[in-house]
Order: sequence, then C-alpha cells, then structure tokens
Amino acid sequence: MTTSLATTASTTSPAPAAAPAVPAAPAAGRRKRRPHTPLNPRPSIPLTVVTGLVLVYTLLPLAWLLVNATKDQNGLLDSFGLWFAEDTHFWDNITRTLTYDDGVFVRWLLNTLLYVAAGAGGATVLAVLGGYALAKYEFPGRRAVFAVVLGAVAVPGTALAVPTFLMFSNMGLTNTPWAVIIPSLISPFGLYLMWVFAAEAVPTELLEAARIDGAGELRTFFTIALPLLMPGTVTVLLFSMVATWNNYFLPLIMIKDPDWYPLTLGLNAWNAQAQTAGGEAVFDLIITGSLLTIVPIVAVFLLLQRFWQSGLAAGSVKE
Amino acid sequence: MRTRTARRLLGALAVVSALALTATACGSDASDGAGGGPKDIEAALEKGGKVTVWAWEPTLKKVAEDFEKKYPKVDVELVNAGTGDKQYTALQNAIAAGSGAPDVAQVEYYALGQFAIGESVEDLSSYGAQKYGTSFTLGPWNAVTDGKAIHALPMDSGPMAFFYNKQVFDKHGINVPTTWDEYVEAARALHKADPKIFITNDTGDAGATTSLIWQAGGRPYKTNGTAVTVNFGDEGTKTFTATWQKLLDEKLVAPISSWSDAWYKGLADGSIATLSIGAWMPANLTSGVASASGDWRVAPLPQWTKGAKVSAENGGSSLAVPKASKNKELAYAFTEFVTTGAGASARVAEGAFPATSADLESPAFLDAPFPYFGGQKANQIFAESARNVGVDWNYLPYQVYANSVFNDTAGKAYVSPTKLSDGLKAWQDASVKYGKDQGFTVNQ
Repeated sequence: MTTSLATTASTTSPAPAAAPAVPAAPAAGRRKRRPHTPLNPRPSIPLTVVTGLVLVYTLLPLAWLLVNATKDQNGLLDSFGLWFAEDTHFWDNITRTLTYDDGVFVRWLLNTLLYVAAGAGGATVLAVLGGYALAKYEFPGRRAVFAVVLGAVAVPGTALAVPTFLMFSNMGLTNTPWAVIIPSLISPFGLYLMWVFAAEAVPTELLEAARIDGAGELRTFFTIALPLLMPGTVTVLLFSMVATWNNYFLPLIMIKDPDWYPLTLGLNAWNAQAQTAGGEAVFDLIITGSLLTIVPIVAVFLLLQRFWQSGLAAGSVKE
Repeated sequence: MRTRTARRLLGALAVVSALALTATACGSDASDGAGGGPKDIEAALEKGGKVTVWAWEPTLKKVAEDFEKKYPKVDVELVNAGTGDKQYTALQNAIAAGSGAPDVAQVEYYALGQFAIGESVEDLSSYGAQKYGTSFTLGPWNAVTDGKAIHALPMDSGPMAFFYNKQVFDKHGINVPTTWDEYVEAARALHKADPKIFITNDTGDAGATTSLIWQAGGRPYKTNGTAVTVNFGDEGTKTFTATWQKLLDEKLVAPISSWSDAWYKGLADGSIATLSIGAWMPANLTSGVASASGDWRVAPLPQWTKGAKVSAENGGSSLAVPKASKNKELAYAFTEFVTTGAGASARVAEGAFPATSADLESPAFLDAPFPYFGGQKANQIFAESARNVGVDWNYLPYQVYANSVFNDTAGKAYVSPTKLSDGLKAWQDASVKYGKDQGFTVNQ
C-alpha cells in the first residue's frame, strides 16, 4: 500500500498540492519559519493523495449510477460499465420509471415520504422533548432511564425485528403503514444525543431566570430552550431521516402489500422480477429508480448540513 | 452482507413460524374439510367479494382482469408478496400469525410439499378438482397430488430443453451436443477456441442440479407421509456427478450465478453459450436479452445415454388455496379459472408455458414461430420434452429449506477442491439432520 501511494503521489501530487502553496508564498519571503496553525495548515502530500483516493472511491459509484441511468436494457448488457452507450435514454428512462406498472414508483416515493415525515419527524419531536426533560429536570429514576437508553443504543435494530414483527402481528398491525411508522418513532440514539446536547446548550441559569420572570414551563421550553436546541434538533432529524429513508429490513418483514412498499423494497421487487420465470428484467428502470431515490436525500443533506455541522461540534469546547 | 443477515433472520422467523404452524393448523375452524360443491361455488361467484392472490407471475394480471369481467361482483387483488422463497416465508409467517394470509397463493412444485404436509393448504379434491386429472400433463399433476389429495392446481410447467447460441456454435464450427458426453466435448472445444466463452454458467444451483439428476434417472428423495428418504448415492446421481465433475475440474463452466446481471450480460454477448433450463425461458430471453435476438436456438436436452429421450422438469408453479383463506369457494373458482380452460389459454397467449395437455397439443401452440429463435417452432421441442419427463420424482416436504443450504454444502464443489459427490453427501447430511429435527422419520 505504501509503495503504491508513493508512486501515485509523485505522478498526481502537483495539481492538488499547488493550490494551498500559493497563498503561503508571499509570507514565506518575509518570515522564514511561520508556525503552522489550524487556520494555516501544513500541506501534506500523502494526506492529499489519500483524501483524493477516498474522494474517487466515494464518487465512483455515483458516477456509475449517473452513466448507467442513461442506458436502456440492451445498452446495459452491451456497453462498458463506466462509459456511455451509443444512444442516450436518460429522459426516456425517467418517464418509464415513473410510469412502469401503472406508476407504482410514484406511489412508493409517496410512501417513503410518509414514513420519513411521520417516522423521522415524530422520532425527532420525541427525542427533543425527552432529551430536554432528562437534561433539565430532576426526578427519581433518572439514572435508570439513562441506563435503559444507553442499553437501547447498543441493541441493533435487526435483533429487535423478529420480536417486533410478532408483537405487531398479534396487534393486527402488520401490512399497514403503522408497522413501519411506530417502530421508527423510537430513536434511542437521538434521545441520547438531545440529552447531551440540551445539557450543554441550554444554560440552567437562563431557565431559572425565565421562571423567576413568571414564564410557565411550556413557554420557557418553546421560547427559550427550543431555539437553543435547534442545531441538535436538525442533527437528530437528519440522522432519523436518512435512517428511515434507507430502512429496508423493517418494512421487508412488516409489509407484504406492494402498495405500501417504501422505495427500498420496491426497487428490490423490481430486481427480483429479473429472477423469475416469465419475469421481465428491468435493470434499466432499477438503476434510474435508484438515481431518483437518492436525489431527495442528497438535497436534504446539502440543505441541512450547516446546521448539522454546528450540531456535531456543540459541546466540544467549554466557553 | 446486509441481505445475508436479513435472509438469516427471515430464516429464523420462518422456523419460529413453522413451530407455531402445527398449533394453528389444529386450531382452525370447524368448517374445514367440508369443501364447497359446484353449487356453493356458483353461489359465491353470484354473491361476489374480494379474492387476494399472492403471485409474482406476470401473465396473471391479464387473466385476473378477464375473471373480473366475467364475474363483475368479484374483486381480484393481485399482490406480489415477493418471489419464490421470499413469498413462502411471508406465507408461512402469515399462516402462523393467523392473519394476513391470502386466498390464493402461487407455490412452485418443489415448495408445495412443505405447505401440504403442514396442512396449511386446502385439499381441492373436495371442490371437485379431481375431474382435471387428465387435463394436465403428467409431471405437474404428479407434483400437486398425493394419493387422493390435490394440494393445488398446476399453473405452468418447465419441461427442460437445451438453449444454445447458434452464432457462437457456427462461428467455431461446433456441433450441437445430443449427449452429455458430447456436451463436455463441446465445452472443451468452445473454451479452447475462445477462452472467454463458457459452455454454460454454474455456481451451484439446487434446482438445476436436482433436475439433471432427475433426467439421469436418480431419485434421491422418496417421501411417504412423514417418512422420508434422502440418498444421493444412487446410480442416476453418480452419472450426473461424473460428468459435471469433469466440467468443474477443467473449469469449463463460467463462475457466474444465474439471474444476476452478469448472467444476462453473458447471455447477451455469447460468453455463456448454452442453457439447460425450463421451457419458460423464452419469455425471459425475449424481454431480458433482447439484443441477442436471432442468435439463439432451442434443441432437445442432451441425453445421458445415446439415443434415449428422457427429460425432466425445471421450475413451474401451481396455485394453492391456503386453509386460512377467508373465502375458499371464490378462491377455488379463481384457481380453476386461471389453471384450466380459457384462462390457461389466455396465459399461453401472453407467453406462459402451459401445464395443460390441450394447450400443449393445440396446432396453434405447436406451430407458433419464435422470432427470437429465428422463426424456430420451439414449442414442438418443449411439448415433446413435456411428454418425456421421467416419472416418480419426489421433492422433500421441506425442499425450500434444503435448497437454501445447497450452496453451503454442495456449493463448495464449485468454489473449492471439494468433489461434487462429497458436496452432495454433505447436502444429504444437512437435509437428514433438519428433517429429523423437524420430526420426520428420515432414512439415508
């Protein structure tokens, strides 16, 4: 690995390394040894190369997806995977994806939006309320709740899937949207994150001052605590949204009716179609469908990422 | 990785459900077993209602519409609850859970035994299904019946044929094999002429393996109620392993799994030159590998002994009525409509391969040209294959489980120096152990 890195470095380094070197050049003339600070980092060739490799590794599947979304079934089988086929079918593919099988893809998209809005939205509301309460109120059993929440973070969701299925089956809720939404409402990690965040981000003195001024608990929460909790809230929302959007296993065991499938299950059903006698192979639609599926989540990520970044950093430095 | 875990867990779920299954079967309501006479079925059709059908077969859509047109008060809801074993897991779970089971379910022949022995499907003979005994070809009819009981009605069948890429064979001047020995010769010649070409792909496929053993005269499974025999040491199995071992030793089969996108790619570009597979394959080739249209042809399956005319079934599925169905008369009426008469013919017109003798013998069917195969009348070969299917074949009552562990046992022969015969022995051991754990009397 190291040798290959070294050789790549010698061939590809000039371009990325040159960029940070330019602003440093005039300073270097005056003072010989200017200390490297976090704002003026030392350029590191190996690090740049490694970051570059990671970038390529991350973007390659995306590039593959984009390129192959322009091909039809024949093009997929006949042409080289990382380059375009002779003719482009991009718009045709998108129209066919949205209309194939009576437009079931649109239905799956709406289902996914419902699960995300109700599941991830609800999970965030519960996590914010619970985290704030646990951080800012003294009550008996708080330590026990802490232990339970920490324990719950450690249990993987897949391990709970079978018991959850049996429970929901007994309640007659399988094969309904509730079977996906209700389990999604519980986010131990989100609760824990909000708890820690609320403890740091909302000064208890501020709450006391509000109480002395005569504000009720609800008013204190909504006008004082909630704005302070915003970065943490967005972080939890983003995590739950991504988790719910990508959720595969829970809907897989809960839902059998394709009308209630989320996109993950729907695309998988299209994929399975190519594996049966008489089934139609629609790899072109699966690829285009996958591309359409990641667009909303990429958009949300880009829109919310500044909140998210400040949320992750909160509490790391004592002021 | 994720799907593998998911599959394991689903498997676990199926086992939990299977345990609960016996309890459910005993506790079902008293109306069971009575069945409905023709009058009850007529009355149910008059009254109307909703029939939920779990199936993945694409031509059912058209037939369901025809059925609704004929019986306007009946509403057919087609649900694709998954394909193959995914659907069986879901079905098993729904039956165990006591709610959510469909009125009609598509079940492949190899999986039917599991639902029959769990008594989770209706015996259709009480609805008058025995009158169809002569309408279906022998293989599928044997697959759905057990003594007097009729566990399902055959929907389609998969008599095997040999699909080959004529362009590739012609280019390298190789004759189409008529015996499996010639097949091995052709495999060597093709691979030598162009190292990118393989005679076929195989990474270990339980269905294909059992079908070829079936054709070779092997009868590894024998079932008699809950007494089961599993023996992969018989002559037929040995005939199969001796030949297939040569292909594996000389690396003459492509290490590509069937139904993967690499497989479709190989079929399109000619690097996978032949397939020995069920007669339902033309529909998949036509829609999935359209670019190779005109390259492919169909021939009878190569024989184990020169001049013989023995075939086997590969795939094929039936429609069963779960005991948990809420409206069994309607469910039976729909099953009957799809699998016999006009419904069956409509499905053939949509590209399905029939299990009904009348459709298999109709001149329109036999003389239909396949543009994909350069105008060849391929149905004649398929129909002959259907007549030549070897008799007395049995699947295990838990074949779904057995097939799921094929790759962990026999599959080793495809990826390591393990001999195929040893791999099959390991598969046998795993099947025997599971059968005993489930309470079957198993002999080896």
